[in-house]
Amino acid sequence: MTLFGHRPPLFAQIGLAIVVINLLVAIFGPWLAPYDQSQSVGDTWAPSSAHMLLGADQIGRDMLTRLIYGARMTIGIAAATTALSFLIGITLGFTAAVVGKWVDVALSRVVDIMLSIPQLIFALIILGVFGSSIPVLIITIAVLDSTRVFRLARALGMNLTVLEFVEAARLRGEGLWWVIRREILPNAAAPLISEFGLRFCFNFLFVAALSFLGIGVQPPYADWGGMVRDNAPAINFGLYAPLYPALAIAALTVGVNLVVDWLLSIDARPSGAQAEM
Amino acid sequence: MPRLIATRAALGVLTLLAVSAVIFICTQILPGDVASAVLGQQATPESLQVFRQELGLDKPAYIRYFSWLFGVLHGDFGIALTNQRNIIEELWPRFLNTLFLASYAAVLAVPLGVGLGILSALREGKFSDRFSNIVTLIAISVPEFFVGYILIILFAIDFPWFPSLATVFEGMGVGERLYVATLPALTLVLVVTAHMLRMTRSSVLSIMSTPYVEMAFLKGLTRSRVIGRHALPNAAGPIISVVALDLAYLVVGVVVVENVFVYPGVGQYMVDAVSKRDVPVVQACGLVFAAVFVGLNTIADILSIIVNPRLRHPR
Repeated sequence: MTLFGHRPPLFAQIGLAIVVINLLVAIFGPWLAPYDQSQSVGDTWAPSSAHMLLGADQIGRDMLTRLIYGARMTIGIAAATTALSFLIGITLGFTAAVVGKWVDVALSRVVDIMLSIPQLIFALIILGVFGSSIPVLIITIAVLDSTRVFRLARALGMNLTVLEFVEAARLRGEGLWWVIRREILPNAAAPLISEFGLRFCFNFLFVAALSFLGIGVQPPYADWGGMVRDNAPAINFGLYAPLYPALAIAALTVGVNLVVDWLLSIDARPSGAQAEM
Repeated sequence: MPRLIATRAALGVLTLLAVSAVIFICTQILPGDVASAVLGQQATPESLQVFRQELGLDKPAYIRYFSWLFGVLHGDFGIALTNQRNIIEELWPRFLNTLFLASYAAVLAVPLGVGLGILSALREGKFSDRFSNIVTLIAISVPEFFVGYILIILFAIDFPWFPSLATVFEGMGVGERLYVATLPALTLVLVVTAHMLRMTRSSVLSIMSTPYVEMAFLKGLTRSRVIGRHALPNAAGPIISVVALDLAYLVVGVVVVENVFVYPGVGQYMVDAVSKRDVPVVQACGLVFAAVFVGLNTIADILSIIVNPRLRHPR
């Protein structure tokens, strides 16, 4: 199997398999799940059996069904957040790099101040003021996360704006947006793609942590962080119920990290197409 | 050098001031205001008016900001909305608890992370290095609560050596406190050590590939002398910033870990306040966390100026 002209090593293949399985489950969840996500089909924390492979949760819903629906919610929110964060971060970062002057100074200072407050604490403050709902969650995390994307995009943009072809485009009289979209973006794509993987992981863990703390996704929606929280009391009876969703979170982040590690190692040793960058 | 340090410290204070303003602004952008949010549906125009005056909401925002800041500097964080108690009285003992847990974890994690990181860099490419690479990658990718629950299952259920709930109260002896807080501290140690190990390893490796280290090897110096005399003094700066970054990370990681083990610290207090939407408490806790974070970063920068002579002369 080859990908991007490279044969992924064993660990990267494991990572890819985990990511693909999770994506398929997230997309086709409702057709795969044996029950409905809010249907109670057994006793509290019923052990695993033939019709409930992973047992039941704290109010007797099928654990496997909840995990499948949870994949949709948790991965969906993390993906939407990362996409929004990249949209904001890349636009502002490239604008700061291309325009320079006071725009760059103003944006950079705002980002510096935002980065001097820990992200989790900042998110807690905003959720404490606005209350938690899915749109607020996505916008809050996206805006906080875009500060990191901004820094990377600005640095990449800075290196590119001084090159001849960008200057040529400017002298031709192309507008700001055209320069960003046609000259800067294609040349900054490779590092941004591996960064997307890392930011996705981070946002995914962030959503899971907030839901675990009880201020992320609210019931009745199934999501992995919230499922860990709801099933946590089971652990005092020696039952492993909260470990299934926690394991799902852990597996996906490890998977994405393994893939990103490999992508970064390709970037680091240029060959063929990468060398021209 | 003293002047440079003073400048950096002043910059830290300025950052803290900006952070306090940001936190204050965040709590002001709510459509409506705190009074209508708290009173909710039952609000009549009269009761809103009275409540607003009680909270001082009838004054302009910048006056409220300065009176809040002035209060904070005198140790007055205001009154909690939910139980009408003085915030500082609840915050202070919890702050000491959190500090206790974080220092407990830091004392174990810093030598372990830095030591293993250096060791791993020296054995680059060997089996132990590749093994630690995979183990630490897994440890930093899994959520803190996953590590916490695994530890509970191992050391509180399967081998009941430690309690699964870290309940501490006033008048508890130090030894007993250490015993009760072992599992939460261990959770933080595992996560932070893994991160510190990776960062230390890469900063030592980047020093090891510089020309002057190669020169030292070519002169025929022994490996231990090259590392002790040439590599480590130059790696000290980056390692100090790694340690500070991880201590700052520890302060935030504490929020989740305290909630796993029901440990009565600032993190638990803050999350509780967020779910009840008790804005003054959220504001106070947020400021405390941000202050510790900014403080640690400032100290790290000052320490790197002291250990690295090249930073003493500004460009």
